[in-house]
Parts: sequence; C-alpha cells; structure tokens
Amino acid sequence: MASYKLIGKDFTPPDLLGKVTGKGKYAEDFRAEGMVFAKLLRSPMPHAKVRQIDSRKALAIKGVFGVLTADDVPKVELPHEPILTNEPLYAGEPILALAAVDETTAANAIEQIKVDLQPLPFVIDPLESLRPGGPNACSEGNVANRGIKLQTIKWTARDFAAVNQGKLPLGKPAEEWQYGDIEAGFKEAELVIEESFVTQSLSHHSMEPRTAMAYWQNGKLYLHGSCQSVAFAVPGIAKLVGINPAQLVFIAENCGGGFGSKGTGYPQWGIPALLSKKINRPVMLRVSRTEEHAIGRARPSFQGYVKIGFRKDGRITALDLYVIQSNGPYEGFPDFRNSAGGVSIVYQPLAMRWRGMPVLTNTPPRSAQRGPGENQMATAIEPFIDKAARKLGLDRVAIRRINAPGHDGKYGGKQVPITSSYLRDALDKGAARFQWDKKKALSGQRKGTKVTGIGVGVAYHSAGRTGFDGLVLIKPDGKLYIHNGTGNLGTFSYAATSRVAAEVLGMPWNRCEIVFGSSGRNMPWNSPQVGSNSSFTMSRTNYVAAMDAKKKLQEIAAKEYNGQPDDYDVANGRVYRKSNAAQGLSLADAASRAIKLGGKYSGQELPTDLNPLTARSASALAGQGLMGVAKDTLPSKGIVPAFCAAFVRVEVDLETGHVDIKECLGVADCGTVLHPESLGTQITGGCVQGFGLALKEKHVFDPKFGLSATKGLHNAKLPTYLDVPLEMQWDAVNKPDPHNPVGARGIGEPPTGAASSAVVCAISDALGGVYFNRAPVSCDMIVNAVEKKSQSYKPLEVEV
Amino acid sequence: MDAMKNGSGDTVAGVSRRSFIKGVIAAGATVSSVSYLFRGNGFAQVNPGIAGAVERMVTLTVNGQKRRVDVMKQETLAMTLRYKLGLTGTKLGCDRAECGNCTVLIDDVPHYSCSVLTHTARASKITTIEGLASADGKLHRVQQAFIDELAPQCGFCTPGQIMSAVGLLKVNPKPTRAQAAEAMSGNLCRCGAYNNYLNAVMRAAEAS
Repeated sequence: MASYKLIGKDFTPPDLLGKVTGKGKYAEDFRAEGMVFAKLLRSPMPHAKVRQIDSRKALAIKGVFGVLTADDVPKVELPHEPILTNEPLYAGEPILALAAVDETTAANAIEQIKVDLQPLPFVIDPLESLRPGGPNACSEGNVANRGIKLQTIKWTARDFAAVNQGKLPLGKPAEEWQYGDIEAGFKEAELVIEESFVTQSLSHHSMEPRTAMAYWQNGKLYLHGSCQSVAFAVPGIAKLVGINPAQLVFIAENCGGGFGSKGTGYPQWGIPALLSKKINRPVMLRVSRTEEHAIGRARPSFQGYVKIGFRKDGRITALDLYVIQSNGPYEGFPDFRNSAGGVSIVYQPLAMRWRGMPVLTNTPPRSAQRGPGENQMATAIEPFIDKAARKLGLDRVAIRRINAPGHDGKYGGKQVPITSSYLRDALDKGAARFQWDKKKALSGQRKGTKVTGIGVGVAYHSAGRTGFDGLVLIKPDGKLYIHNGTGNLGTFSYAATSRVAAEVLGMPWNRCEIVFGSSGRNMPWNSPQVGSNSSFTMSRTNYVAAMDAKKKLQEIAAKEYNGQPDDYDVANGRVYRKSNAAQGLSLADAASRAIKLGGKYSGQELPTDLNPLTARSASALAGQGLMGVAKDTLPSKGIVPAFCAAFVRVEVDLETGHVDIKECLGVADCGTVLHPESLGTQITGGCVQGFGLALKEKHVFDPKFGLSATKGLHNAKLPTYLDVPLEMQWDAVNKPDPHNPVGARGIGEPPTGAASSAVVCAISDALGGVYFNRAPVSCDMIVNAVEKKSQSYKPLEVEV
Repeated sequence: MDAMKNGSGDTVAGVSRRSFIKGVIAAGATVSSVSYLFRGNGFAQVNPGIAGAVERMVTLTVNGQKRRVDVMKQETLAMTLRYKLGLTGTKLGCDRAECGNCTVLIDDVPHYSCSVLTHTARASKITTIEGLASADGKLHRVQQAFIDELAPQCGFCTPGQIMSAVGLLKVNPKPTRAQAAEAMSGNLCRCGAYNNYLNAVMRAAEAS
C-alpha cells in the first residue's frame, strides 16, 4: 500500500452533519415512553458515615416513585468506587437517588429526606495524610491505586523535617523502580539540579455532563450514556449492574467530551439503570454542572521531587524522581506511574530511579485526563530542563534534542523498546517553522508593561494497542459496512481508521458505511477510545478484517473463474483477474455468492480466536453478505509512542500578571497522517487544554471544611476564545511507524502537555529565569515574583 | 385555537388549526402532552390558583412556526425547547449562563436559553439550530462552513457556537478575526476547537 487513495486525505466524517444541524443525539436527547427523572442526594461533607436515612415523607409525596440507596446496589470493596455509598468519601458524593414524575417533584422530595450523618476526619493534602498520626481519607487506609492494595502508610517526623523549606519528604514509597547507576550518573554530571514541585488537580468538565437514561425491556437493559467507548464499555456496565453482557444494549452515538473522564464507564451509570429496574420505568438522570464537578473526575495533583544530572552537552546522565499523587478517595488512576514512564522516554536518562506514592484524599474521584501523569509531569519538569540549559549555556531546543529518543529509545523501569520515534524530527521541523533561532532574540524584550517570552515543550503518551478484532461486511447492495465499536469521542478517528478497510479493498468511500454508536448494532470487540490509541489500534483491526474479506473475495473469484485466489485482485468495487480485468465479479455479486456459499464466507463459521463479543455480533450478521472478521495478530513489539513538540511566544504583563499567548505551533510525531484536518484539530485543541493546565485551571478546597471553591465553569477557568492565539499552527512529521500496516500512531494527548510546558517555560523565559516549581502559574504568582514578594501558598501546598 | 387569549392579553391571530398542525408535522415533533420537567400538567392543575400564577398555554414563534405550548412560570426557554418542543439540538452544558451551549437567537440576538424565562420570549422570534437549514435541507452558510472547516470536535457546544456565529454575522457581516473571537467568547468549547470555529466563521463571512 505505497500510494493511498483515502489515507492522508481529508473527508467529511459521517457524524458531522448531525453536529451542525442539532440532529446528532447525545444521552440527554433520548426519550422513552413513561420516562421519569432522578435526582441525587449528595454528601455535604468530605467524609462521613450514614447512620440513618428516613425517606418516608418523600415517598409519600404524589409523583414520587421510589428511592435507591447503597443498600440497593451491588457492594464493592474499597478502594473500588460504589454506585451509592453509606460512607461518603468526598463532598458531593451520591448517597441516594430518588425518581419522580418531574425534576421539581424529585428535588422537593429530596428535601424531605432525613439523613443522619456522622462527620469523620478528612484530608485534602496528601502530605497531611502521610504525617505521623495524620488522617486517613477512608476508614480502611490512605494508600491505594491499580495494583496497590488499600493500606495505611505513615511517614516519620524526620521525613518531614525540611517540608517547611519546600523540600518534599521522601519517605518509603508504595512503588519504585530503577535502571542504571544513578549515583555514578550524578558523579559524572557537569551540573546537578535538585527541585521540589507541585502540580494542581483540575476537573475534566466536558461540555456534556454525564447525564444518562436507562430502561429495561424484555430483560434487557437499554442504557443511553455519554462514553468515549462503546464495545469495550459493555462488560464493565454489565458487571456494574449484575447482568450478562448479552443483556445490555449500550447506546452512545455521540460523546460530548470525555478527555479520559468517560473512558470506559463510571459507577454512576448504575443509578438510572438500577433505579429504573426498581421502579419499572425509564429513568433519566440529568447531571448538573455542580454534580459534574463532584462525580465527573479530575486530574490528580502531584507533589514531587526531582534530581537531574546533566553532561556539559546537556545529555542527562541520571534522574531521580519522586511523585506523591492526590489519589482521590478511590482506586484512581496511575498518573504517578505514567509520569515516570513519560520522563524516561522523553529524556532517555542514562540512569533513572522513580519512586511513587498514591495517597487517598477526600476530593472528587480521579481518572485519566488527557495525558494522565505525562502531561502534568511535562509541565513540572520542562522548566528544569530550561534551567539547566540556561546554566550550561545551551539552546533549549538543542538540550531537548540531545536527550530525545531515536528508534532505539527505551521506556520505563524495564527499558521496554519502542516501535519508532521521530521526536527529533518534530523538534527540527517545529524550530524551523516557528523560526526559533530568530525568535529567541525576542526573549525578555519589554514593551510598556509587557515582556516577551519564548518557550518550547515536549510531551509523550503511549499511542497504540493490539489484540482487538475487526468486522466488515460486504452486502449484496455492493456496499462495505465497517462495524466500528471503538466509540465516537469527537476525534473522528473512528471514521479515519474505518477508511483503512476501504483502502485495503479499493472501495470508493461513497460506497462505505460505518456502523457505530450502539452495542445493539453488532460491534466487534474494539479498543476503548482512550490513551491516544485509536489510530494505531483501530487501523490494525480494520486492516485485518478487510484483508480477511479480500482473501475471501479472491477465493470466490477463483471458484467462479478458475485459477488461484492470488490471480485475482480487488479494487473499485470489483474482484477481477489481474491478467484480464474484464473477468471478474462486482462486490455486490460476490456478496451474493458468499451468502450462497455460507460457511466462513458469510460468517456462519468464525475464527476461533475472536472475542466472545465479536463472535456474538458476527453470528448476528451471518448470512447477510461476505464477512471479513479477524483478530489483530499482526506483529508489534514494545511501546507505541506519540510525541508532540510545541513552540509558543507569550507576552507577560508585569503589572497584572496576565499571560497573553500570541503564537502556538504544535508538531506531532504520530506516524502516517490518516486524516490531516482531524489531526489539526487534535493538535490545536490539545494545545488549548494545555493553556488551561499551564495558566488557570486548578482545584481549590477550603481546608477547614473540605469543600470545593471551584465547582462551576467560571471558577474552573477553562480557556475561552480570548485565552488562545488568534491563529494557531500545527504540523506533523508524517513518517510511518513500522508496526502499523499503514504506519499510523495516535496523538490525542501529547499536544496538551507540550503546549502547557512550553507556556510555563515561556513565562520563565520572559522573566529572565524565574522558575515557579508549580503549575498552573497564575497571575498572582507572576505579580508576586516580579515584586519579589512571597507567594500566598505554603511550600508544597496543593488544592490552593 | 384560531384566536386565543394568552396570559398577557395578547391575541394570537392568524394561525389556523390546520396550519398549526402542518407546522408541527413539518417540524418533525409534536407538542408534548406530557410535561417532563418541572411541574407537569396533572400537578399544577391540582392547584390552579397559585399566587402570581400566569396563563400556562402560550404561543411561541420558533423557527418561523407558531407553537402552542404549556409552560410553567419558572420554566426556562432551554427546557421548553428541549422537553416540550422536541428541539434537542439546543444543548445544556451548565444551565447557569456559563458555557453558551444553549445559545439561541431571540429576535436575531444570541441569548443563553438556559437563562431566559420562556414567558418573556412570547412576543419574540426564536431561532434554534434546527431552524437554520432551509426546508429542502440546504444548510445555512454558517453550518456549511462549520462542516468545510471540520470545526466541531465532540460537537456538544457546536449548536451554540453556530447560533452565536449567525447572530454575529447578522450585525457584522464581515468581522475581523479578532471581532469574531470577541463575539464568540461567550461560548466555551472544552475540546478547544476555537481555531477551527474561527476559521469557519471567517469562511461563512466570506461566503455571504
């Protein structure tokens, strides 16, 4: 597939029309006969025990149909998150749900419910929980994460000796790894810097709150939810509500933003699902913006320490990293682990140690947020790379370039190989297009109250998975139906990767249909739409399914006209003899032949290595046409990386502390470009989220009561039109990855971290080398720094 | 129904039953007899004499059609559009005037419909995302520009963005990019698609 007809070309994804006409349906746009509304009763305290609930008065109100409490839902063990709880672990956690004929009735009835709560000790700042005698976020411990069982860990007073001087305590970690000899590396170094740092939590705040509607019909649950994924979400939802996956129809045609917060599901879906079952009516749970802040997930904060040794030429000899993560009250997400992987791959330290500690906090639950771990770490650590460059007299692009991985780059503590890396190319391309060498001269130039700063930032995320299934069907109408269960997050990658199947089969795009949006439409077992992986993963599954269909078409032609299958080729809606193009079948006719032949040709016989979900979908479609169905067993070795380098120019107002981002260029290394337009939106949109991470967005909690001061969008300070450059730029290296049949890798996440770190670095550049060791860098911090005043937060303090 | 008094004493004239029904059919949605949100029919009728109560059946002019609808006094236009008139293209992102996802035009001016009481819009011309394309399905030039520039990502804020853009181009058909950004700045987009949205607005302005 040297020259492509579809890959690398722009096209209009099929869901776009619905998005501009208002016809595209999101979870709250569905209605069911007899639908009623649920409202939540949520904890007013950050940690409490429910002693008693009295719902009698509420249930007596006309129009109230019932309540759902923790006693009605499947029990889960901590640190897993329950659907409803009798031990709320954060302010705003749902304790009870009530269904009524309308929302006003439901809200009024909720007011009539008496809940007796016993307040319990709570903790917002992870360091407080690690102190001797410090509070635990839940009654059974203070440390947990994926693969780390819930336990109690306290450090000693000695560990905290220098905390007031801003030095991170480095007690015994929950997890650690090391490769190489870091002490030897530091000895060998020309320059060693040692820093503590803080990054703050922030909410995802997708524009669509996690509203959901559920009803039961003939023993099946129909759930309309807002989710990044479709097929992959099915087993989890089924388990959540205690049914067999075959009993679930999950509808998620459009997802109004997720950014990791709606990756594969969330326990709150159990509320409308189980309440509907209990009262035997369809239930809509409309989630408000305030509720979304509480239950809608957040990026964890980091309190960190890093020691980095540099050679004279900037090469990193050794790196020692410690990350304490505010884990939220439940299992959370391994940002702290990912952060180390990100550092290891971006800088390729000759020796590295990482230690990590996920500490439970009575704050909204955490989940992945666009570059979870990698992006807040890039924002924290990239300024230190600049600091070293300044001390060593090196160019800031050059110091990143000398440490950047080549194809022989390695990842993490186990030094896993990677599939390819063109990060140096991305830096070179970006520096040339941005005119880095010329613009460097603008650094520190002052005009009135404004000073110019120039910044570069680099970020990484893994970008590909393997082992999922592909499913395509050529029907007697001559069309190719590409069943795509990955989800529709808004990246359009579901459509761009579907075109790989059309490319393989030489099928004109106007004769292809993508079948997506509901598990009821016979989805194959597909990757979740998370972790920047769709482009790599889904192009592989669609490739193997299309190759299977192609082989079957060749066999059918050989049966029809004799010869060997290899004598035939497939293109332009026909299978034909290579030596005599006139001899052949239309794909419509071939589909009819496949139905007559049955067996593997029409999906009556299936490969044995398919996931059960794929097998069920394929069986449901069997006999309707020629089926291509296969598991992705293509070779792949090691980590599939995505990189982005961002270049920015800012103007910092020394009087107000306002940072005006005047220019931003993001350059992606994501292998072959599948769809230029949507790649552009991923890079520029990702950069915009990075601006929020760098400058504005953070959780603020009242430490006395454990309540959030940043619930609404206004206080969350998401970037607006007026916070971004008037025109944004993007580019891509566009060199193929050898481990993908079309050379593609994902890209969704790294632009955010690249842009956020570039912005923070540009501020430090404007201020002539003032480093904040904290993100976001807010206006007050800049003003204080300019006036050489102390900052308003204590060293290492988070959620302030 | 040919001429009916509404709460403010205005007379709704010139809408025959037939044309009303036609309008409803053309809009592809019916006026729901069941009120989903806030107090529904059955409940409020229990106590029609609430102090300060206003007439509940009102006529709204939505997308060029007169729509009779049962509205509570505290009901917002966003809820009426979404839950009474079946116009779910108007999205609710915050329900408190922070995000702009629910933007509609009221007498050609963009408004957050989550923060407009339906009763106050009785005498006005309301345009939603569903009312932009012509009857034969031809897209409004702003909608077409949003497609041509691949402006949306997740799409949830898109209807509101488009309504703000349409409102802008009505008063300023040839805005500068900076003017467009200023005019659109009441519409948040968490995907950060601002650059492509502005590209689309500028393309639509050129097409006018």
